[in-house]
Amino acid sequence: MHEKESERTRMKNETTVERKSERELVVTRAFDYPARVVFEAWTKAELLARWWAPKSYGLTLLSCEADVRVGGGYRLVFAFGGDAEKPMAFFGKYLEVTPHSRLVWTNDEGGEGGPVTTVTFEEKGGKTWLVKHDLYSSKEALDGDIASGSTGGMGESFDQLDELISRRGIE
Amino acid sequence: MDASFAALSDATRRGVLAQLGREDASISDLAEKFHMTLTGMKKHVGVLEQAGLVTTEKVGRVRTCKLGPHPLEQEMAWMQAHRRLWAVRFDALEDVLEELTRKEKVDARKRK
Repeated sequence: MHEKESERTRMKNETTVERKSERELVVTRAFDYPARVVFEAWTKAELLARWWAPKSYGLTLLSCEADVRVGGGYRLVFAFGGDAEKPMAFFGKYLEVTPHSRLVWTNDEGGEGGPVTTVTFEEKGGKTWLVKHDLYSSKEALDGDIASGSTGGMGESFDQLDELISRRGIE
Repeated sequence: MDASFAALSDATRRGVLAQLGREDASISDLAEKFHMTLTGMKKHVGVLEQAGLVTTEKVGRVRTCKLGPHPLEQEMAWMQAHRRLWAVRFDALEDVLEELTRKEKVDARKRK
């Protein structure tokens, strides 16, 4: 009974992705938990490691470091499809850390001028509304990520498409 | 849209798109790069072409491939894929949140 209920709640909390402008990509989702708890899961490396690379994607997180304070760094290393010989690292620096409400970090794996990510946590109507906002340096930079599929996590998300397609086939 | 999805569901085809994002290439260039037969690569390019993600042009004996005329379709497919990634990620995050909340409750009870 309890499980069914939480499943229903979960279905209501939709994830949206929108290209807000030529240089901005926005992901949103509501959570039925206080901002304090959601923030904690984004700012403790051992917790981050548990959800950033979902197992269902066949992704292996080789390491996860996050020194969440202004000027501190993060580094996540993945292997795609069990190919541990070709790890991919995503790293950057935290520019802003405001407990329970706001995180800003750089994405430096592609060199200088990478997108800047801002995540905000806002409590409203008994939920925490999370907005992840990526600001690219130019329209071309975002276009380029889309064309090459190089944005963090693309490899696994396209793999997920296989599943999506096969499920649509059944429907 | 469905054609874009299907076209992008294959690792080689995604690789081909990434490659063509850097520079135009002939089918034999691509076949060589992806360690494939010419026939195999022709099939992949055909699927991408049908989805509007790639166009080809034959000059003399060489067929040159470049990114297609439907960047919007490509962008929409990408957005879908990106949304899917975050939806799964956020589901995993919710599991962590649930556990944290449960732990807090237990700790609070212990303190009483």
